[in-house]
Parts: sequence; C-alpha cells; structure tokens
Amino acid sequence: MLQLKQIEKVFYEGTPDEKRALQGIDLKLNEGDFVTVIGSNGAGKSTLLNVIAGVIFPDFGKVTIDNQDATFIPEHRRAQWIGRVFQDPMAGTAPHMTIEENLALALGRTKKRSLLPGVSSKRKKEFREILSSIDIGLENRLTTKVGLLSGGERQALSLLMATFTKPKILLLDEHTAALDPSRAELVTRLTKELVERHQLTTLMVTHQMDQAIELGNRLMMMDAGQIIFEANEEDKKDLTVEHLIAKFQEIRGKKMANDRSLLTV
Amino acid sequence: MVTSLYGAVEQGLIYAIMALGVYLTFRILDFPDLTVDGSFVTGGAVSAVMIVNGYDPFVSILAGGLIGFFAGCVTGILHTHGKINPLLSGIIMMIALYSINLRIMGKPTIPLLNETTWFKQIGTWWEQSGIDAAIFSLFSSMGMEEYMPKTFLVIFSMMLLVMIIKKMMDWLLATEAGLALRATGDNDRMAKSFSANTKGYIIIGLGISNGMVAVSGAMITHYNGFADINLGIGMIIVGLASVIIGEGLFGKDKMARATLAVILGAIIYRIIISLALRMDFFDASDMKLITAVIVVGALVIPVWWRQFRDRKKRMARKKEIDAQEQTHTEGASQIATTEAD
Ligand SMILES: Nc1ncnc2c1ncn2[C@@H]1O[C@H](COP(=O)(O)OP(=O)(O)OP(=O)(O)O)[C@@H](O)[C@H]1O
Ligand SMILES: [Mg+2]
Repeated sequence: MLQLKQIEKVFYEGTPDEKRALQGIDLKLNEGDFVTVIGSNGAGKSTLLNVIAGVIFPDFGKVTIDNQDATFIPEHRRAQWIGRVFQDPMAGTAPHMTIEENLALALGRTKKRSLLPGVSSKRKKEFREILSSIDIGLENRLTTKVGLLSGGERQALSLLMATFTKPKILLLDEHTAALDPSRAELVTRLTKELVERHQLTTLMVTHQMDQAIELGNRLMMMDAGQIIFEANEEDKKDLTVEHLIAKFQEIRGKKMANDRSLLTV
Repeated sequence: MVTSLYGAVEQGLIYAIMALGVYLTFRILDFPDLTVDGSFVTGGAVSAVMIVNGYDPFVSILAGGLIGFFAGCVTGILHTHGKINPLLSGIIMMIALYSINLRIMGKPTIPLLNETTWFKQIGTWWEQSGIDAAIFSLFSSMGMEEYMPKTFLVIFSMMLLVMIIKKMMDWLLATEAGLALRATGDNDRMAKSFSANTKGYIIIGLGISNGMVAVSGAMITHYNGFADINLGIGMIIVGLASVIIGEGLFGKDKMARATLAVILGAIIYRIIISLALRMDFFDASDMKLITAVIVVGALVIPVWWRQFRDRKKRMARKKEIDAQEQTHTEGASQIATTEAD
C-alpha cells in the first residue's frame, strides 16, 4: 500500500544549522497494517509523515502509494488517498464552519468538488448517522460552528472526518497528545474502532509507549532520522514498556559509542 | 434633506456590490486585498470606453467585471505563486492598475452625458411601465409631494440586481466548491489535507471579488455620468467600513445573514456620509477623513465597550467579595468582644 525507499531529508543544508531530519528511511506498509511510531523529540517522525503526505518533498528517495510513484505529487492531489489528523485539535477542522459543512468538505477529499450544494438533506441524514456512530452527542449539533466545540470533541470530529471516506492511508501525528487524559482515552478508543471498522492502513505517531504497544500490529522506533527498531506482529505480542526503554538505550548507546570511536580514529 | 437620502440609498445599493466583493476577500478568504482601489476604476474605465464606442451598456458592465476578474486573479497569482505577502500583492496590483486604467481611458475623465448609460437604457422601459407614476400618485394622495425623489428607477433596479448577486453569492458559498473556498480562508492547512487546491481557490476567490468590485465601479460610472481615474482612491476602506458597520449592526452568524448585513452596511455608510456632508463644517473633500473616522470608530468602539462592560462586571464581583469579607471580620470581632465579656 505504501512504500518508502531510501528517504533523505535535510533542512538548512550547508549551513551551521544543517539538520538531517531523515536519513535513509526504508518502510513498507501492507494493506491493513497499523504501525505505531515512537521516538524522541526531533527524531523525524513528523517529517516522515509530512513526506508521505506531500507537505514536503524528500531530497532523495521514492514514495510509492498503491503501486503509484507519488514522490512529487503535491499535497492537495495526494490527499485523495490520505487521511490526516494533527496534534493540534484546532488544525483538523474549519472553526467558522458548521459541523455539517466540515463533514461535507471532508467528503470532497476523494472526488472532484462540484457546484452542487455541499449539504443536501440526504447528506444531512448521512452525517447524522455517521456522527451518532461515535456517540458523543455531535449528531444533534449539525449546525453548530466547530470553533465552539471542546478540544476533545474537535479532535474526535477531525478523526471522523479523516476516516469516514476510507483513505488508503491514515496518518496520525500525536493526535491525542494535546488532550486531557479522559478525552485522550476517548479519542484513542475511537481511533481503534474507526481503523478496525474501515480496515485502514495506518501510521500513528505517539509519545506513549504503552499506547504504541497496545494499538496496531506493528511498531517502529525512530531516532535521529532513522528507524532504529522494528517489531512485527509476533515480536509485538510480548513487548513491554521496559523492553522498549532498554532497547532504546542499548541501541542509542551503541550508536554513541560508534560515533565516539569514529571521532577517535 | 429626504431627497438626498434617496441619493444615498441609490449609491449605497450600487456600492453594496463592491462591499460584497470586499467581504469575500476580507472575511471569507481572510485576504486583505487592496487591488480594489484599482479594479473599481478598471470596471468604470472599460465600461465607459465601450459605451463611447457604441457597445451595449449592459455588455460593457459585464466586460468591466470580466477585466476586474482577471486583475484579481493576477493579485492571487502574485501571492500564491510569487510568494508575495497579501497586502503587498494588492498594493502592487493597485499601482499597476492606475497606469493600466489611464491607458484604457486615454485621459483622466470620460464624460458620458450624451451617451446611453445602462440607467438611461432601462429608464425608457421604466417610464413605460408606469411604476413611478403610480408611486408618485400614492405620495401626493398622502400629501407628501416634497418627499418624492425624481425617480425610483435606480432604487428598484439596483435592489433587484443586488438581491440577485447576493443570492448567487449565498448559493455559491454553500456549494462543494464554495465550502472549499471558505475552508481555504478559515484553515488553509486543513483545506489542503482534504484535497482543496488552496492556491487555486485563492486566485479564483480574488478574481470573483474584483469582478464584483469592477461591476460596481462600472455602475457608479453610469450613475455619475462620467468615468474618473481617481474614483477608486480609498475604495477598500469604504468597502471595509460597509462590512464592519453591517456586521456590527446586523450580525454575521449565518452566511445569508452576513451578506445581507454587508449590503445594509453599505447603504448605512452612504447615509452617514451624506448626513455628515450636509453639515456646513464639512467639505466634500473631507469624505475620506470621515470614512477613516467611521472605520476606526466601528473597529474600536465595540472593543472598548466590551472592556468597559467586563470591567464593570469584575468591579461588581469584587464588591461582593469585599462585602463578604466585611461581614466576616465584623462577625469575628463580635465573637472576640463576646469572648472578652
Ligand atoms: N520545516 C522545517 N524546517 C527546518 N527544520 C525542520 C523543519 N521540520 C522539522 N525540522 C527539524 O527536523 C528535525 C525533525 O523534526 P520532527 O518534527 O520530524 O521531529 P519529531 O520526531 O516529530 O519530534 P516531536 O516528537 O518533537 O514532534 C528537528 O530537528 C526539527 O527541528
Ligand atoms: Mg512531531
């Protein structure tokens, strides 16, 4: 479904601020894979998702989506295959538009937009049904401006908007990080439900190791622009948070030792 | 006095088309577009030249709108593809249009006194319809001859036209494409993540806006009976004043409500100006200053009013707490005295 080959991305190349955000990323997602991504701050997780979504283009390497070369397809055209939810609950919805208008906009992701009414009475009914499926009472507030919703409600709506049109790939970037614990739990539960319901191929960045272990069928750990550890369905079953931390320190320690030996040579 | 009010309403209705255009950029696209000062004149210039050359007046207005549309698109392209900041893109285009407008006109003013303007054209038909005569007889039967305008032609025709344009705008902004246009102005990043070609929408949106502005400019030219190269100076502020006054007085919750508010805002703005100009103290040349004061007032007064109200609320609450403390300490001192007894 998604394949990344030798992806490189350097910011501020050739200046003292040079930042190698991605260094030779190879990754393959099969249809229905749900991969959780963990890694320290600045590891390149968001950059990776941005390369997949076409927000930024890689300096080197190839992105293939559904057997089609997508490396340099611009974001708004690639979006027909990709659903996204951002960390900031404000980022995924249009605040001055109503819930039904936001949903209608989300419908336009997969097909060309026409000059027909965005919110028809038929669609209104569909929207109400879709909203009641997440069961947080939004189905009775179709004409409420989204800016008036709480952060948790907005994020739940963003998630719904990103998934109900069944994207080929779903990208989630710490989409529960800005919410309080109970709301985060709700959005996590919804994520699980929606991904399962629509059988979505998903890449989810999270800072919570337990969440990364609990959700999905694969896990990967990033550091300094590289994938430093991967666990498949089998490995993931007996993975624990302690395991992960130990793994991280072990790999990172080795790398640092290597760097040091490089320096002394 | 009253008859000058009719004039204000007539002009207000014509300028309302421009104000709707400004609303589209300023509020919907969140793009402060200064092209308006130029494209307003462009509409008038194109239309005037075409009339002088014998074209149909209505066709000339549409042609003016079309050229305005292209001018707006250029501003959009400067911003989206040239990465020039929105204000600067508009200013550049405004300056460029000044020269272009002079080129189109060939001279700073074109008189249309002896030409068939759109209002003259529909005027013949209007007289035959006898509506004016009917209303006039109504006025005189009530003994209000003094309060009669020369004709209701402009008010009626413009009301009809403005309502048609408003309805079209309401409809457009509720279509699938319209929703994407609004999302582009509301949350650019989100719009892109839902397949909206935001650059395209900005360009088209600016085009439509300036097309409307140019149509308005063309109609004012017909109304005034001449085209003038300097007619557009400060037009953006006039548009803004209409939008702010309208929103402030009539609300902006629903789209259809907001567009109506902008139209009424444009009319009220003209009425305020005409009342101000009736004062001996003001000259016609003070109009821009009055406009500036209106805009500042409309922007600042609501904010000050809200601050004042919140402050009063806070003070009231604080007094409550002070009063509570008072009774508390009084109570305590009473206990102390009883204990001492
Ligand atoms: N647009 C950009 N311009 C310049 N540098 C950038 C840009 N985006 C990311 N970087 C840099 O690239 C590196 C990787 O950033 P990225 O946001 O991908 O990290 P992350 O793994 O998502 O971290 P976090 O967990 O903090 O979100 C960082 O050092 C960051 O400063
Ligand atoms: Mg990040």
